[in-house]
Amino acid sequence: MSAPLIEMRGITKSFGAVKANEAVDLSVAPGEILGLLGENGAGKTTLMNVLFGAYAPDAGEILVQGQPVRITSSADALAAGIGMVHQHFHLAPRLTVLENLLIGIPGKGGRIDRAGGLARLAEIGRQHGLTLDPDLPVSALSVGEQQRLEIVKALFRGARLLILDEPTAVLAPSEVDRLFSALRSMAAQGLGIIFISHKLNEVRALTHRCTVLRHGRVAGRVDDPANTTSAAMAQLMCGHEIVPPARGPSTPGEAVLTLDGISTSNHAGTVLRGVSLAVRSGEILGIAGVSGNGQRALAEVISGVRSPDAGRMTIAGQTVSRFSPREVQALGLGRIPEDRMTTGLVTNLPLADSMVLPRIGTAAFSSKGLLKPDAIRTFAEEQIKAYDIRCPGPMTRAGALSGGNLQKALLARELAFDPKVLIVSQPTRGLDIGAARFIHEKFLDMRAKGCGIIVIGEDLEELLVLCDRIAVMYEGRIVGTLDSADATIARLGLLMTGAEGRA
Amino acid sequence: MFRLEVRTSTPTWFNLALPLLAIAATLVLCSGLIALAGAGILESYGVMFTASLGDSYAITETLVRAAPMIFTGLAVAVAFRAKFWNIGAEGQLLAGAVASCFVGAIPMPGALAMLLMAIAGAAAGAAVALAPATLRVKFKVDDVVSSLLLNSVIYYALMALIEGPWKDSFSGYPISPPIEDSANFPVLIEGTRLHLGVIVALIAAPLIWFLIARTTLGFRIRVTGENPEAARYGGIHVERVLLSTALLSGALAGLAGVGEVGGVHFQVMSDISPGYGYSGIVVAMLARLNPLGVVPAAIFLAAVMTGAEAMSRATGVPAFLSDVIQGTALLAMLVALLFTAYRIRRVGVAT
Repeated sequence: MSAPLIEMRGITKSFGAVKANEAVDLSVAPGEILGLLGENGAGKTTLMNVLFGAYAPDAGEILVQGQPVRITSSADALAAGIGMVHQHFHLAPRLTVLENLLIGIPGKGGRIDRAGGLARLAEIGRQHGLTLDPDLPVSALSVGEQQRLEIVKALFRGARLLILDEPTAVLAPSEVDRLFSALRSMAAQGLGIIFISHKLNEVRALTHRCTVLRHGRVAGRVDDPANTTSAAMAQLMCGHEIVPPARGPSTPGEAVLTLDGISTSNHAGTVLRGVSLAVRSGEILGIAGVSGNGQRALAEVISGVRSPDAGRMTIAGQTVSRFSPREVQALGLGRIPEDRMTTGLVTNLPLADSMVLPRIGTAAFSSKGLLKPDAIRTFAEEQIKAYDIRCPGPMTRAGALSGGNLQKALLARELAFDPKVLIVSQPTRGLDIGAARFIHEKFLDMRAKGCGIIVIGEDLEELLVLCDRIAVMYEGRIVGTLDSADATIARLGLLMTGAEGRA
Repeated sequence: MFRLEVRTSTPTWFNLALPLLAIAATLVLCSGLIALAGAGILESYGVMFTASLGDSYAITETLVRAAPMIFTGLAVAVAFRAKFWNIGAEGQLLAGAVASCFVGAIPMPGALAMLLMAIAGAAAGAAVALAPATLRVKFKVDDVVSSLLLNSVIYYALMALIEGPWKDSFSGYPISPPIEDSANFPVLIEGTRLHLGVIVALIAAPLIWFLIARTTLGFRIRVTGENPEAARYGGIHVERVLLSTALLSGALAGLAGVGEVGGVHFQVMSDISPGYGYSGIVVAMLARLNPLGVVPAAIFLAAVMTGAEAMSRATGVPAFLSDVIQGTALLAMLVALLFTAYRIRRVGVAT
């Protein structure tokens, strides 16, 4: 094999007493797709930030094509041919695709080289199937297209090594296929790619080799991911075996949540068209669908933040009249939001505040307008212990916790009040295997206790493991509901594309 | 070479030391201007200190000046906690002054007059603050711009009043008629100007701290400010919280005006506030939006203001230095705040 495109040797980086990386070695050859695996907090992001110049390592060196280089900023990284696509995109939403590409690129004689940019964009699009309309503003692009633009941006700046941090977390299945074929095409042309993901089936399908991190060190390497089982890789990541939770037979009872002909619209048009469904106690109902087919609006209606234009909803037999978060919560609804950071938590305030937020006005945490600081603190401390939330204490800034611990905190704050119905969206997005496993177990516990659960998700494998029934949404309607015993990824996938007919 | 690196946590001592660092940096930076004016740096700062905090009378004068800035500082701190960008404390103060002057001129028992002055002033300030908050909640109008511009509207309305109906027909000066003698706030220490309003201001700070830290309204204000979406999903009526915050903020700024009318000037004139509303922003930022921190921050700025005048008389350095110190302190604090989120790290020099 030719000399490595990039080589990291003995990288060590500490934050205070915590060693985020310890003597990590990693290399990528031209044309190679390297999977970088590890649980949350294993040091993947720190390592990539060192490579991209955001952190200076305490020890170790980085070699680009055999030459030691010093990378102290993203500009240095770009000059060394390293491009990074972050989980959160760095794009200017009001500027067009082409303008975003040309930011920071020296033009000709003080003028922007529009023609040159267009030519390069077309060339990159042709080579790798990464086509984009140059004149569309970024705000008009879908998430998948924005990601494509980030990749094109890196290639535009001459990247020979591309780092992708959990690129598939935001994509629909069809977009994932398209991304993978583009990545394969880039590798075929001699680019190196580092692919960070929690989804082991994707890692096995795409990568040539994997480096696994655990507690900041290299826990192992996988030379033939395609022929290694997911279980073996999971074991390397966690240090112990992971068994998927078993969903026992359920004995569904009364309907705890019913929707009857719910329709809503926004300025863009109708988003829910007469949705009717029922969740019984002791049952987990999955809602599958390509993102953008009304799932978010459905979650908003059920959570009480959006009033439907038509239709009726009941919780535990009671008709919801005013559609406010407080009303649905008082009737017994618990909610785990899709986006922990934006609609769930308050990252700049203590964790305890986020944990009592939805119930701050109830007798548990306040009386006559005065907070009960001791009750709030005790509640948070109990939940931190019960859910093994890793943090220094209830007064820690919520934003300092890892995704898995935040998800546990959100789960704790709802489950502590024994909801009759629980609505969750993308419950394990971005979580590592251990944390996801924990969340799944909790759902199954709640199911056994007679809670009715709705899981909105795009990860079909997860839905098949977890749910008793799976309903598929397409263009604001439920186009079919399958018992999970009869459901397969293929049948669900067909319904998700809007193929009509009884499944 | 140095570069900024994201901090994972900020030590507590650092948070406390930050305003002091900012003030120290300000004094160092401004000493250049003193040198430029041809005066001794230590001598000038010495005069400033003695004149503002050197003896008990100086301290009472500084406290009298600090009182309105405690109120406007609290007004801004409360508003900024909810991310209601109230830059209009100046106008709210003026509205409070006019309303309390109007009430204070009506003959009635002193205690009742003072109470009604406070209520009227607070209500006027709250009403003025409600305008930009309503525009933001209903029409998404930028509250920075609307609250700032409203200051001019209120100022010129006040001018119209004292140049028109309130004009002193005898002397022809543009000043309002004085309030009733019985409505003058009692002086607490004979021979000084330390009036009842100063004590009210000092009591208001811990009360507002309690409101923010220990009440459900305060909780809702904090959560709304930090993440309105999570607040909405958590069952908080974000619009209602913003409007309540505006009312509270405006009322506090209005009380600053009440104190100036009832305790210091006993009437309204065009320069009743030397920009106490704007100083409130500096005070709130130095206090890092903590109501308890507002008191020392306001006393610092008041000391600079009183001290600068004495320094000007003694050394010839223009008293405008006080404004420069205020502005520099705000900038220094904003820069200092950067270091709560980032730290400076030395990067080895490239070979």
